Amino acid sequence: MADEIKSSNSNVSSGTTPASGTNGRNGKNGKVGLVEIVKDDIESLKTVIPAKAKEQIEDLKDPTKTQVYTSIFRHKHDDTPRNRALGVLSNVFLHLHPAKINRDAVRYSYTWGMGGITFYLFIILTYTGVLLMFYYHPSKVQAFRDVLYLEHDVPFGKILRNMHRWAAHLMVIAVWLHMFRVFLTGSYKKPREFNWNIGVLLLVFTLLLSFTGYLLPDDQLGFWAVTVGTNMARATPLLGHEGPFGPQLGMTPYNDVRFGLLGGSIVDANALLRSYIWHCIGIPIVASVLMIVHFWRVRKDGGISGPAPVMLQEEADKPRRGPKAAGE
Amino acid sequence: MDWRQLWEICSAPDNVPIVGLIPLLIFYIYLAWKQAHANDMLIEQLEGDAALAKTHHRKTWPFKPGWQKEIHVWPFLLRIEFLAAIIVTIILMVWSITLNAPLEEPANPNLTMNPAKAPWYFLGLQEMLVYFDPWIAGVVMPTLIIIGLMVIPYIDTNPLGSGYYTWKQRKFSLSAFLFGFIILWVSMIMIGTFIRGPGWQWFWPGQTWDHNRLIYEVNRDLPDIFGITSNLGKGIFGAIVVGGYYLLGGFVVYSLFRRYKLKDFTRMSLLQFSITQFLLLTMVALPLKMGIRLLWHIKYVWITPWFNI
Ligand code: HEM
Repeated sequence: MADEIKSSNSNVSSGTTPASGTNGRNGKNGKVGLVEIVKDDIESLKTVIPAKAKEQIEDLKDPTKTQVYTSIFRHKHDDTPRNRALGVLSNVFLHLHPAKINRDAVRYSYTWGMGGITFYLFIILTYTGVLLMFYYHPSKVQAFRDVLYLEHDVPFGKILRNMHRWAAHLMVIAVWLHMFRVFLTGSYKKPREFNWNIGVLLLVFTLLLSFTGYLLPDDQLGFWAVTVGTNMARATPLLGHEGPFGPQLGMTPYNDVRFGLLGGSIVDANALLRSYIWHCIGIPIVASVLMIVHFWRVRKDGGISGPAPVMLQEEADKPRRGPKAAGE
Repeated sequence: MDWRQLWEICSAPDNVPIVGLIPLLIFYIYLAWKQAHANDMLIEQLEGDAALAKTHHRKTWPFKPGWQKEIHVWPFLLRIEFLAAIIVTIILMVWSITLNAPLEEPANPNLTMNPAKAPWYFLGLQEMLVYFDPWIAGVVMPTLIIIGLMVIPYIDTNPLGSGYYTWKQRKFSLSAFLFGFIILWVSMIMIGTFIRGPGWQWFWPGQTWDHNRLIYEVNRDLPDIFGITSNLGKGIFGAIVVGGYYLLGGFVVYSLFRRYKLKDFTRMSLLQFSITQFLLLTMVALPLKMGIRLLWHIKYVWITPWFNI
């Protein structure tokens, strides 16, 4: 440390800055030297800083050359095929897409865009849902009041709640239509069997997400819908106390599946807390993971299934590729 | 005609999605049918002309030799996604500004809602409660629906019609799916939403919901009609009827497949075929059971001390 201080002192006194003149270096009197150095520095401000400022302004004319910019965007943007491809490939969100796709696959009439719309609605629901969570307490005392508060006092609370609700309904419809189109185009066939199965799970979780949310306002509508829904769980074969062989296996209202779902024998505070946790944490996480797998598999299975060239009846049992297809 | 009642049902904010689902489904079925028809015409043409089949690019969309087969995702796909996101956002905004999410009185276990309806997407299952015991309608059916959907790719051995719309090449699988989705799932939801009123009774659209209406309906069980009274007799009788339905039905499915779908039958393994038989028969059993209930007031077919079907 001491050495450093010494050497930096000596640097000042010996005036190694390029702009400083010879006066400073030869002056024996430290005080005079310092004044001159400072004078010299001030003098240099007039030329050095304007030059740098000019340079800065020059740089601003083309922000894509700055270090900040190039550190974020890793390629140029002029319209070349290479850059179009890189634009997709070097972006973590976009790289779910391939760089190029079949020219007919972008036609809306083939996919109806429903998978993408479902995903977009899921994002909207996550966003509005997190905002709703700021105002909501999952307790019997607070829940209903919180919803009233959202409706009447929270700025934009009403539209926030409405958007969350209607996006949830739309998502259910979009998932159905997506599944419908996947079926109608035969897209579940080889090699996409597994992804269809991931899709079925996503369908189930989408419905469960919506269902667990239904109870949260803690009003009559949700309460009775969930009561009707979970009453069916009483009748689960083997595991419900009113189901076939349930009583024989020792099921009672206090230990069967319904009890496990509700955290009690009636829809009450524990049921509210459980639906809240499933709705806001459990199911969204599982569904997100499944969506990641789903999207990954769409690509790994060779991208969107079509619109594929039509096959003819006589080709049905012939392999499409390989030596056999060539008639060998 | 009680227009007010009808309006109340159709304009209930939670019912709007169901009202919207009808035109959406009609539109998309039309869109799919249009493309299926065009593809079927092309298939027919190519099947009649082997030389053309070798050179044709085999799509109904125009394609010229010089055109690139592939296009860049950026911008050609991303601009569509961006546009779709904007349109969905706008629709959602307008919807949220014009219609408020429902909020009823605070939950009250002592005040039963009548009718107490499940969320609309589960109304099909709730409708099934009329015809089946809760363990079937609420547990077995959803499980079978999920399993049934999951096995579809593994039991549909028809290699044709993968990646394009067609009717001619997949008549059977499309009919089965449309039957399950449109007739059993969607239309039951429509009934549950628009027709079921207090006490889960049937009210035609426009009929006033009468909360005091009682229907005296005497339901019988199938064994009663045959004069079987002992518990053991009922149990055995039911097992024979249900077992007989699956055996006989299984045979019918077999002979139909052998006659009309020999190619698919040849491709299928025994396991694939028996799963197909079971799922088809179970699906068809729903309208059958509804039918005998509506026509002859028969409630149960099979009665045992543990469960009734
Ligand atoms: C949360 C729910 C879901 C999301 C976010 C989702 C998303 C997507 C997306 C974005 C695609 C790309 C193609 C397209 O947009 O059509 C896709 C394809 C696919 N999805 Fe889904 N999906 C969901 C549920 C389902 C369901 C319920 C099924 C079927 C039961 C399914 C089966 C498939 C299959 C087989 C493909 C490949 C289709 C092809 O190659 O043409 N997905 N999904």
